[in-house]
Amino acid sequence: MITTTKGLMDESLLEKKEGFVDNNHEYTTWVEYWLAGELVHRSAHVALKSNVSSAAEAASFD
Amino acid sequence: MCTSFMGQLLNGGHQFGTITLTSRTSLTAPTADSFKAALYLASATVNASTTAYSATNEVSGTGYTAGGVAVTMGTAPTATNSSATAGVAFVTPSASITYTTVTLATAFDAVLLYNSTQGNTAVSVHTFGSQTITAGTFTLTMPTNSTTLALLRLATT
Repeated sequence: MITTTKGLMDESLLEKKEGFVDNNHEYTTWVEYWLAGELVHRSAHVALKSNVSSAAEAASFD
Repeated sequence: MCTSFMGQLLNGGHQFGTITLTSRTSLTAPTADSFKAALYLASATVNASTTAYSATNEVSGTGYTAGGVAVTMGTAPTATNSSATAGVAFVTPSASITYTTVTLATAFDAVLLYNSTQGNTAVSVHTFGSQTITAGTFTLTMPTNSTTLALLRLATT
């Protein structure tokens, strides 16, 4: 069963579309379910690849 | 810079100046702060200059509560030396950040991690390709908590 804008629906009644994005920043997958040309469900899963890093420095006396 | 010092910074172990804090219960064994993750519209400006959580340009929609969701920090920060002169202190949320059964019709592309204990002060901003969610779930999976991949890193080289 799939959660949709019309309530829980059997997956077999819906048209399923899937896709992904893979780049330096993320690996994202998404899934959509359509009913008679209407988007009734879309989920996305983003795996972050890039972190945030701060450089730490201590000055020398020379 | 000493790597152990960077790790202690992540744990609140040094105070060079004055700051107004919300009590961490004990002065000698303070409790950890709580953190949250809020999503922002693609039209929003959230970046390194962001100082605190704001509801302005935050996503809204069915199933989403302003302020976002709690972030699970189950693993304490780690500090590791890579050489005599370099090291990394790092920390990563220990679980995925998940917004369950939401409808977010306007495109969003950023998440703000912030300290909900200490006045909603900003920690970091992470961006991704624009998304919308329809009666579905949005999940942010965290990178491996390592010296090179951890979500938050302080490093000397």
